Amino acid sequence: MGKLSRIAWLYIAAVIAAAVIAIAGGPFAGINWAQVVVLGLLVVACESIATVLKSRSLAWSANSTASLAAVILVGPVGAAIVGACTLLGVRRGPSVPQRLFNASMFALSAYLAGRTYLLFGGPVGTPGPSAFPGIIGPFVGAAAAHVIVNFSLLRGVLWLTREPGAPAGRVGLDFKLLFTDLGYGAFGLLIAALWGVLGPFTPVFVLIPVFIARWAVAQFAAQQRSYEATVSALCQAVETKDFYTRGHSERVSRGSVMIAREIAMRAERVEAIRYAGMLHDVGKLGVPTSVLQKNGSLTDDEYAAIQLHPMRGLDIVREIGFLDEALAGIMHHHERIDGKGYPMGLAGEEIPEFARVLAVADAFDAMTSNRSYRGARSVPEGVTELRKWAGTQFDPAFVDAFVTAIERDGWKGPETVAGEAAGAVGESAAADALTAGLEDPEPDPSAPAEPLRAIESL
Amino acid sequence: MAARRYEPRGLPRQVLDSGQSLLVVFAGLLVIAAVAQTAVAGVKDVHAAVAFGALIAFGELLRLTMPGDRETAPIAAAGALAYALLLNIGNEPARQSPQQVIAVAALGMIIGALPHLAVGRPARLPAMAARLLAVACVAAVFRPLANASLIGSRWWSELPVMVALVIVAWFVEAVIAALIRTDALRARFGVTLLDELRVQLPLGAAVGASAVLIAFAAEIMGLWAVAVFTAPLLVTQVALRRYAGIRATYLQTVRALARVTEIGGYVEAGHSARVSRLAVAIGRELGMPEPELLELEYAALMHDIGQLSLRDPIPGGATVLVVREEQRRIAEYGAEVIEQAGVLDAVADIVRRQSDPCRPAVRGQEPPLSSRIIRAANAFDDLVGSSVEPSRAAAAVQRLRLDTASEYDPRVVEALSRLVSRRSMLGP
Repeated sequence: MGKLSRIAWLYIAAVIAAAVIAIAGGPFAGINWAQVVVLGLLVVACESIATVLKSRSLAWSANSTASLAAVILVGPVGAAIVGACTLLGVRRGPSVPQRLFNASMFALSAYLAGRTYLLFGGPVGTPGPSAFPGIIGPFVGAAAAHVIVNFSLLRGVLWLTREPGAPAGRVGLDFKLLFTDLGYGAFGLLIAALWGVLGPFTPVFVLIPVFIARWAVAQFAAQQRSYEATVSALCQAVETKDFYTRGHSERVSRGSVMIAREIAMRAERVEAIRYAGMLHDVGKLGVPTSVLQKNGSLTDDEYAAIQLHPMRGLDIVREIGFLDEALAGIMHHHERIDGKGYPMGLAGEEIPEFARVLAVADAFDAMTSNRSYRGARSVPEGVTELRKWAGTQFDPAFVDAFVTAIERDGWKGPETVAGEAAGAVGESAAADALTAGLEDPEPDPSAPAEPLRAIESL
Repeated sequence: MAARRYEPRGLPRQVLDSGQSLLVVFAGLLVIAAVAQTAVAGVKDVHAAVAFGALIAFGELLRLTMPGDRETAPIAAAGALAYALLLNIGNEPARQSPQQVIAVAALGMIIGALPHLAVGRPARLPAMAARLLAVACVAAVFRPLANASLIGSRWWSELPVMVALVIVAWFVEAVIAALIRTDALRARFGVTLLDELRVQLPLGAAVGASAVLIAFAAEIMGLWAVAVFTAPLLVTQVALRRYAGIRATYLQTVRALARVTEIGGYVEAGHSARVSRLAVAIGRELGMPEPELLELEYAALMHDIGQLSLRDPIPGGATVLVVREEQRRIAEYGAEVIEQAGVLDAVADIVRRQSDPCRPAVRGQEPPLSSRIIRAANAFDDLVGSSVEPSRAAAAVQRLRLDTASEYDPRVVEALSRLVSRRSMLGP
């Protein structure tokens, strides 16, 4: 927290002050405090179990659901108080300023949503049958205002606390997340509407489908993690064939993701290129071990055998339901911009984008790792080499993107592995340690939890 | 005769195929009768019928396939159940007959299924029939009570009835789905029923809760409840779809990567896929529940991954021909590879112990059933390969049977033998 800029501190203080003023300004007349307490408890409960479920987006959606229900039931000030209950969540993790900011942000979003609701002429209080369908228009306005204010405040703080020189693509609105949030916003209207029938038990019933949806999201995330771990373990198994390439797939995957993020690729494509990077050399299995580990120059036949590996790789991964782009990337990662690569000899823009990205990351890692015929080059030497071949072997745009990313974030090359016995079983422990060090610190871009998680790393 | 106990308790295949058509015909007759009676009696509250019919059709359009090739349509199911459980629309009491509920649900489902047919996807009539019958049960019980105003007018008298009926719907659908699976996969009914109940629980809870909420919300919101509810249901559906998608990709990936041993020339082409198919069939024959079958499938697919540690492939890849110590080393290395993933420890354990004999020197240290199954399936495939000749398969089973004293589990070999004789009966 200490290294925040003064502007960031001012911003956070301003948000907190605005929330305090909004709540303190009232008016408090006509607020049904029983409803405020029930909805506030709901927020506290959701905040508190968020850690248990390890799905921060749960707290996220439940907050907006409760706040939006409060907008209808108790008006803007009551809704702001409900939003501010985020502060009371018993959850370790966020520090006091983070909690204050989060609570103020929710309070302010709820308050402005309430104001929007009134502006469109929405009635405050428990709605009866006569309120429909007239209430829906103002409510949609309120939900939109809630999402927009929330996102703007959050993006503001992320932008002010960003690492200097962070790529612009990462600080933008995620429209999928907006859609999800608006979808959950509908539950707010349901809570308000059902209050007339089910009374204070309403939130309990309404939350069952929400929790199931979140359960599915959590399952998805867990499956995706195990999926990634399994793919990576299998790739390492493949690498045991070629002693010198240990950890190579993992690093090429990381490098490709760095380039993809730098050129602001969409999240799904970044995911796809991550897998493509991991699997790009899987076809080497089809190359005899004696050729892969050969010291000295290769005969024409041996060279032909090596040139076959992208096609072999494609044979293996073809049945996986990846994006077609990932498959094309694996097949063409040895093409060159000047058309002298293999297997097809494509040139320039004919080469799929994924393949051009993979080629840069692949070559860079090969240069900065030990090989049977030479030692590893240093990172600056590798960069010089990349620049030298940009335009003939590599796409200059991706070389630039990669170099920018390396200069900002650094590059974690292979740990020293020289001098180890090539006994395969003995190696796996070292390989294990290697991956542990290579864990990707980036949050999963496809998880809807990103904004809250980001604020917690403040 | 001891093996009798492991015989699947279902009916023979031919009868069960007609069992599925029986289900579809029964559902079809029910629909025809319901539509006819509704037409004669006249449709009550056309607006509600159209709104819910549209929701059901929309949900059917968005149906998704959950893990285990289970087709579901949560939005359609929630809409149909809600229509069955409707008490009031605004201040007007809902008075639709059970026949009308069935007719609306069926028409909605058929309209929603048409685009699927148009793009050439299979109709999957038995699954649709199961969904319809679950709704029909709820409507048949709830509508007469509601239409005669026997349920009271407070939520604490209405809710327990609704919850009980939602549970009934979940159970009915699970029973029918289990019957279908028992038939299609030759599994045991008790096991598949438990699988279905477990798998359908979260989905059933979400569908049931949504249905009850729509029914209650209609009292205040009128038919707008249907429109407002579509948004959160869609979000839930998206989450489920993503989950189902990654599960499918996971399996595809392991299947694909398991073939690295084939591409590398360590094992014969198709070996991993054949062993895993056979192992899963044996596991099902022995009544293993679905989560264990999935682990078994993963383990069987990757059972030879340890061979990657060999510098040169074993001739023909037949691990049955190499010495025990070597087998154990390969299994151990394969398990280490899988353990590195950190999430498949049970699978790693199965792979590790696949080379252990089933009668160990020390009692109580028998390898897990899955390991014993893979051991037998692997040996069988090493002996038979891709050959489909019945005599060769029979000879291989005979050879495994001779080794049941120490090497192979007699139960597993008997199950294998039943599978093989059934397969030769059906032809290649």
